[in-house]
Amino acid sequence: MEGQKNKPVLEVEDLCISFEMYGKGLEKYRLEMVHHLSLTVNPGEIVAVVGASGSGKSLLAHAILGILPGNAKVEGRLAFCGQCLDSAAQQKLRGRDIAFIPQSVEYLDPLMKVGKQVLGTGARREKKQRMARWKQVFARYRLEESVAGLYPCQLSGGMARRVLIAGAVMEPVKLVVADEPTPGLSETLAKETMENFRELAAEGCGVLLITHDIDLAFQVAARIAVLYAGSVMEIAPADDFSGDGSALRHPYSKAFLQALPQNGFCPIAGSQPYAGNLPPGCLFAGRCPKRTDACAGKVEMRTLRGGEVRCIYAE
Amino acid sequence: MQNKKTGPGLEARGVCFRYGKGAPWVLKDVNIKIGAGERVALTGPSGYGKTTLARILAGYETPVQGEVLWEGRPLPKTGCCPVQMVSQHPERAVNPRWKMEKTLRECWEPDGPFLQKMGIEQAWMKRWPIELSGGELQRFCIARMLGPQTKFLVCDEITTMLDVITQAQIWRVILEEAKSRGMGLLVITHNLALAGKVCDRAVELPKLGRWQGA
Amino acid sequence: MDKAGDGMATGKKKMGGFWNRRQKTLCSIGFAAAYLLLALLAGLLVSPESYGVDYGAKFLAPCFAHPFGTDEMGRDMFFRSVKGLSNSIGIGVLASAASSVIALAFGVTAAVKGGIADRFVNWCVDLCMGIPHLILLVLISFMMGRGQKGVMAAVALTHWPELTRLVRAEVLQIRSAQYVQASYRMGKTRMWAAWHHMVPQVLPVYLIGVVLLFPHAIMHEAAVTFLGFGFPPEVPAIGVILSESMKHIAAGNWWLAVFPGLLLLLAVMLFDVAGENLKRLWNPNSGNE
Repeated sequence: MEGQKNKPVLEVEDLCISFEMYGKGLEKYRLEMVHHLSLTVNPGEIVAVVGASGSGKSLLAHAILGILPGNAKVEGRLAFCGQCLDSAAQQKLRGRDIAFIPQSVEYLDPLMKVGKQVLGTGARREKKQRMARWKQVFARYRLEESVAGLYPCQLSGGMARRVLIAGAVMEPVKLVVADEPTPGLSETLAKETMENFRELAAEGCGVLLITHDIDLAFQVAARIAVLYAGSVMEIAPADDFSGDGSALRHPYSKAFLQALPQNGFCPIAGSQPYAGNLPPGCLFAGRCPKRTDACAGKVEMRTLRGGEVRCIYAE
Repeated sequence: MQNKKTGPGLEARGVCFRYGKGAPWVLKDVNIKIGAGERVALTGPSGYGKTTLARILAGYETPVQGEVLWEGRPLPKTGCCPVQMVSQHPERAVNPRWKMEKTLRECWEPDGPFLQKMGIEQAWMKRWPIELSGGELQRFCIARMLGPQTKFLVCDEITTMLDVITQAQIWRVILEEAKSRGMGLLVITHNLALAGKVCDRAVELPKLGRWQGA
Repeated sequence: MDKAGDGMATGKKKMGGFWNRRQKTLCSIGFAAAYLLLALLAGLLVSPESYGVDYGAKFLAPCFAHPFGTDEMGRDMFFRSVKGLSNSIGIGVLASAASSVIALAFGVTAAVKGGIADRFVNWCVDLCMGIPHLILLVLISFMMGRGQKGVMAAVALTHWPELTRLVRAEVLQIRSAQYVQASYRMGKTRMWAAWHHMVPQVLPVYLIGVVLLFPHAIMHEAAVTFLGFGFPPEVPAIGVILSESMKHIAAGNWWLAVFPGLLLLLAVMLFDVAGENLKRLWNPNSGNE
């Protein structure tokens, strides 16, 4: 057991996700949406993945859980606590050791009372234990027992969020993958949700937090990975994201921070390139103020000041 | 010609609403008055009917009691409505079987300079909605609503699902447009920092009407 | 910053190799259509003499002159089966056409009008689906005086409920779609929205429904005829052939049942495969597989 403690809960190495699609008529082609993504989550650590919509954040989560649609193809290595995470392992581990917290109650069964959904299924002889655990979990997330008798559509936003988290932690999980847990929540509720994740991490759980609310993420996360057009642009300690972002390495992460309403609300021009029409070399070059001809060459991830960055001019 | 700032604008008078007879009231006696060129933020906890109010103000739903007035007259039932709404999920607001070009031109014919201002690239016009990201789709949704007849725009959490850069880009365009044509805005959001940047004043929904427990 | 169309595309990779599903589907549809047309045409061209009575050639096992053998009256089973299949397919086409028209009218009315119309249509659907299908077929055929007219009416009038439900659900769903409501607010008329938004969405589902209805109709025609409530014994129909063969199977005349049965099975399966493939292709969730 001690050996396992030091191993990362989740290792993602060189992950590529592509989709088979039809073009005009009968021509079929493959579209790569996530390119050579590497990431680790250690026990007790919250790692946030931020980026624009369409940058491949959710695909990463779905790939880890093995719930991508049938026309997707995953390449690269996924490992959970040191063991290879193939589709058989994913099937065994998800819901037990790996929990998924979906975006909204739309992921719950609308015709089943939430208490039953949180309780889940298990062996009959464990029923007593499960009930005890269920009471514990409900108490912990300040859900009254009467909430168990409600249907998902009757929950308010904050309650729904707590129910989803409660459902995820019924089992003693080692890794929590949360996909956009905060949009649509008021600031107090969003902060409370973040606090819940921090508690989970304090118990030794690894948390992969997928979000675009960078201002919330940097308050709880240990490290933040910035995704752009399917590539990691920068992985940096969360402290670098405070203030105006001068400690950051990549121009995109800096632009991200400066676009916050409280930080100037100042956007850069242009938009993320489409996966079917990516430029060669640096994917951000088209919008980058520091761009030169050298940016059209291959840009590798490199280590810099305690973080990693995919930019040849970062300093 | 009335002054842009002080025109009667959009008004909801004693609006009550519920989904079906016997259902609990979602809105009860809501009164709100927004000047023609005013920008107002609407905040409040989830589950209090912010989206329902937005839909009523834009004419998507008819209130059970009370009325919605634009410039002192009820909203027109047919023809292009002067009050338009943009919603939170752009992927649900466009027909998945239409190319973006057709979606954009459903209501009016935006010209090149306007599209450039909106940040819509020519290459996107020939794509299907599934081939665009949420931010790019949302630009189309906003652009198609900004025809010359649109005098007021209801924005229901339009940038909640978008990253901050796209968020800032979109709000910059909407603000420019609102200021240049004296268009009013009702902005529903949870982000107080955003509300402060975009709007003149903020109102909180539970304080607008009477509530008998939620 | 023009990123499009200057040959920099690196994300898209063309795929070669095996046939993809779209090609397979088109192929299966082509095959099914060819089979249908061939059987229908062959049935029309076959003259009654080719399966005339010839007591000199009773109970011949399959051979070159008679590939499917002959029956107790020396009739050639190949030509009889082809003619029978053609009759069955004719009934299938008719039933599909009638059922699809009923389903479209009922489904759209229920979804658009709502209220009493909706409840009435649902009541009709429940009524029809509540009675075992075969019994309903027999009842209607019996009421219409059996024979060709009876079986046609029975098959045409009993296959619409499933399709009606499908059309109704689809129209209901799209009617409340955000983009349709937005369309109304942008000043579009109901007709415009129906034509531009709803028809393209409902049509694929509807067409798949019609294709999948086809094998059902053929099978049910054969079943009703087999039970003696359909075509009269002198008309060559698969159902008649199969029910006659029952008398002779025990005597070892296996070809009387096997070949006509296989022809029927092939027709039914081809359409089922084509319909299922179409369904998967048009479903946005699996359409790109």
